[in-house]
Amino acid sequence: MQYMLLIYGSGDWQELSPEQQKEIGAAYFAFSEELQASGKMVAGDALQDTSTATSVRVRDGETLTTDGPFAETKEVLGGYYLIDVETLDEALEWAAKIPGAAYGTIEVRPIVTDYEALTA
Amino acid sequence: MQDAFVRAAERWPRDGVPRNPGAWIVATARNRAIDRIRREQTLARKTELLARAEGLPDDEETTIPDERLELIFACCHPALAAEAQVALTLSLVGGLTTPEIARAFLVPEPTLAQRLVRAKRKIREAGIPLRVPPEHLLPERLQVVLATIYLVFNAGYGPPVRRDLCGEAIRLAAVLATLMPDEAEVHGLHALLLLQDARRDARVSRAGELVLLADQDRALWDVDEIEQGRRALDRALVLRLPGPHQLQAAIASLHFEEETDWQEIALLYGRLVELAPSPVVELNRAVAVSMADGPAAGLELISAITGLEDYYLFHSTRADLLRQLGQPSATEYARAIALAPSEVERAFLRRRQDLLASEP
Repeated sequence: MQYMLLIYGSGDWQELSPEQQKEIGAAYFAFSEELQASGKMVAGDALQDTSTATSVRVRDGETLTTDGPFAETKEVLGGYYLIDVETLDEALEWAAKIPGAAYGTIEVRPIVTDYEALTA
Repeated sequence: MQDAFVRAAERWPRDGVPRNPGAWIVATARNRAIDRIRREQTLARKTELLARAEGLPDDEETTIPDERLELIFACCHPALAAEAQVALTLSLVGGLTTPEIARAFLVPEPTLAQRLVRAKRKIREAGIPLRVPPEHLLPERLQVVLATIYLVFNAGYGPPVRRDLCGEAIRLAAVLATLMPDEAEVHGLHALLLLQDARRDARVSRAGELVLLADQDRALWDVDEIEQGRRALDRALVLRLPGPHQLQAAIASLHFEEETDWQEIALLYGRLVELAPSPVVELNRAVAVSMADGPAAGLELISAITGLEDYYLFHSTRADLLRQLGQPSATEYARAIALAPSEVERAFLRRRQDLLASEP
């Protein structure tokens, strides 16, 4: 089963000291290596800061483009891993190993596999 | 307190631990395997969850301890909300109907039905595994499972008594004790259920009326089950890790003595309040204290309890103590009767109230 591990954090990467950025970066590098070596990793990326985000909505045929993320929330999406494992337990164990779990929140979401059910 | 616990333990008859308790439990489990498989096939038709169990190996040796144990760990998975865990276990493992579970939880039926649907969907779609958790996850998952098995037992303890549910809870506890022989609280729960079940036939009269402990016909107590329960408690106590289930089992065991030692029982309840604080435990402690030190002492403890305004036993206990002190108690009895969950309990409370009316 595939799970998306969504990494939420405070999002102020730029406010961290260079040492902290280096430390966290190294931790993520180590985690990604471990995940890749296990053969369970499908994809994974870090996202640029929310200051680079643009939101798009189409209403009544008109495209509205605004600066910033869609919702003003305390925790913002900072990156993700897509993994392929046997059970939720395994997904949760990987989620707990993500460096961001120690200060933010990892949301674990199973990927839809039965598209027929969605379109039925 | 620790001393009181040990003293209580030493007082119980000691025939020694069965030569091979593990083998005994496994044998019991094996004897019931055929019956279990038959019932599981019925369950499987009912629930999409068990459809997944059909994919498990058929070999009986590999299915002991038991598929339902795997099911119960899935139902008690921490990815499910706490209230959903218990409801799901009662539904899928205990076989209770939605109205029965709703009553046990004091929640509206539609709320509970929705809770069950959501939880089952999450098990299926989020990939919650149908298995006994691996060793490194087992201890944290165990607490919920114990609480859940106890609730299954309580749902069967009635009235009305449902022996199948009580038997099911006891069997699950026994299998769990075989699986986790080093967990004192698992043996404690097993002991507690056996000791409570031993009074099953004595606590409800032929007419279906509740019979108080003091008025029970001791000949109706199940002597074999008391022995089994005390041995299970011995297995717990040698591990020297006291816990709430062991304390409750110790209390239940003391209740079988010829002369009830209320001082000792009140002490054990005091320890239980420390380990597992809850208003219901405090209420039980107040009852024990009233037996040991008189109704005024019990009433004083009761007046400090909050959160039981909708619990019928809270009001009936207050009423009993007030009556013993010669104070008005009609309002408390009326409140208890209005809140009582079944006709058997209402009848019991009315009889007590009539007793009051006939007294000078």
